[in-house]
Amino acid sequence: MLARERAQPGLRALLGIWFQSERLLPVLLILPSVVAIGIFVYGFIGWTLLVSLSRWTGVAPDYTLVGLENYLRLFNTPRFQNDLRNTLVFTLFFVGGSLLVGLLLAILLDQKVRGESFFRTVYLFPMAVSFVVTGVVWRWLLTPGDPRTGDLGLNQLFGLLGLHFLKSRWFTDPTVLLAVPVGAIQFGIPVALFSVILAAIWQMSGFCMAMYLAALRAIPDDLREAARVDGASEFQLYRDVIIPLLKPTTISAAIVLGHISLKIFDLVFIMTGSGPAQATDMPAIFMYETTFRDNRFAQGAAIAIVMLILVSLVIVPYLISTLRGKLEW
Amino acid sequence: MVGTIRLSRVALYLILSAFALFYLLPVYLLLVTSLKSFADVSFARMWSPPSYFSLESFATAFERLRPNILNSVTMTVPATIISAFIGSINGYVLAKWRFRGSEVLFVLILFGMFIPYQSILIPLVYVLQRIGEVGQDLVQILPPDLAWLGNFIPGYGSIAGLVLVHVIYGIPITTLIFRNYYAAVPGELLEAARIDGAGILGIYRYIILPISMPGFVVVTIWQFTSIWNEFLFAVTITSSPVKRPLMVAVYNLQGSQITEWNIQMAGALLAALPTLLVYLALGRYFLRGLLAGSVKG
Repeated sequence: MLARERAQPGLRALLGIWFQSERLLPVLLILPSVVAIGIFVYGFIGWTLLVSLSRWTGVAPDYTLVGLENYLRLFNTPRFQNDLRNTLVFTLFFVGGSLLVGLLLAILLDQKVRGESFFRTVYLFPMAVSFVVTGVVWRWLLTPGDPRTGDLGLNQLFGLLGLHFLKSRWFTDPTVLLAVPVGAIQFGIPVALFSVILAAIWQMSGFCMAMYLAALRAIPDDLREAARVDGASEFQLYRDVIIPLLKPTTISAAIVLGHISLKIFDLVFIMTGSGPAQATDMPAIFMYETTFRDNRFAQGAAIAIVMLILVSLVIVPYLISTLRGKLEW
Repeated sequence: MVGTIRLSRVALYLILSAFALFYLLPVYLLLVTSLKSFADVSFARMWSPPSYFSLESFATAFERLRPNILNSVTMTVPATIISAFIGSINGYVLAKWRFRGSEVLFVLILFGMFIPYQSILIPLVYVLQRIGEVGQDLVQILPPDLAWLGNFIPGYGSIAGLVLVHVIYGIPITTLIFRNYYAAVPGELLEAARIDGAGILGIYRYIILPISMPGFVVVTIWQFTSIWNEFLFAVTITSSPVKRPLMVAVYNLQGSQITEWNIQMAGALLAALPTLLVYLALGRYFLRGLLAGSVKG
């Protein structure tokens, strides 16, 4: 072999080997996508990082480097401190709530329910709807109303049903529960945020239901039978056998929802905006207004990079761990 | 025993129905509001059905949103088709023609679908603005009867610009879905074709493409839904109201007078209708795209 290869040097032979072994063509076929992702994802991230270290403010770019100044200012800004608090609270309740509702619905639907496909279709349809539409509709549903208009939305419905105790000020409530002063802000749980959490759970819990249902259907019946033969009640069966088996699904769903929640923009922007006392403000809204309304590009870029880091902390370990088993590196 | 079982079945259906009501509540409000005429709309009776059916709200909403509906169609259709084909080629190569480093490349591509787009938005808008300017200069030197070519220059504020953006940022998910789809195609099928003398493109054309229909349906539904529903790019890459996609226009309806909320509801329903119909007709494929998005396998 070696002798023959040495005997046939030269560019033509080299190209011949490449084409015959079909090694070049696969690379060429995927090259446009690789270049596009290389520029539009990685190149632009690097560019944004550069902007975040500059003093670009105003329409004309200014790449004078100022080190971490924009980041230091950002973390000292009360609005951004509120954003971090809101992101944390929103993520915990939205992910937790969607997982719980999804798991409950999946287990209920797994009881050989008549009309299962109807229920599944109803629970999942919000996934096909835009966050924009969800935001517009839920804003109306949760508009509390004022003395001029009377009760509106859900408050009016609760009134009609005699459930007056359920009436709430929804996203107009500036209260922060369990408030502790941290930095320049009140750390705690902003009540107004629950309106957005409710709408987000409405939209995404069907996704968790679908994932859990697929996982439940993959559990062999023998396992359930064996547990029943051993005298386990249905409750014990789920607590001790089934739900532990669903752990990988829970992790996948939590990561997908978690990264959506860390970068949530449209739903909150449309439904409540920043809210009372920035109770529903989010990093993405702050970034949008800083960059595209105030033209403070360097500051906006810094917010974007912080968002990217937050999302990467969730996504990168997940990508590596789910794919490592399947890929040969 | 029989009694408790029957009771628990009743409870089961009660809970399932209660949740169904929760999911359908916004739909009810959308429907009863948008089917009321202007005269019939009142705050005090927002939950009651219309006293007579009227398409007045829909007609008004449609009239206002018409240019934006057209924008969304001309943006979504080409972007969906182009990104489906790109994903198909990439998936084929990454599943069946692996080369040194192709797996790492796949993961690097995949990362692109999780990033917050805020982290690329500033350079993106800047670059699209420059492309737009160069495009304008080009149009100036073109003969007038070729000026229509300007519509295809993907600059800032243009539909072509949005198409370009959706195609590029759609590469990770379409590649992922097709890669997993083709991974299930048996290698013997490809070997047989190779022995018959087919090359990499021949195999794609005569073996892979004919069995790709289900993959294309999943990807097309996924891309159609996400591009149609998308808001961040739509609101940052366009500025003139008539050039904006439907979702931005629906958002802007909200800013209009509070008394016109029947129009807002009718507009929201119009905007949701295309993706809802696709979901109702092809729910099974929609679900497959959804589950693929969580990187299983």
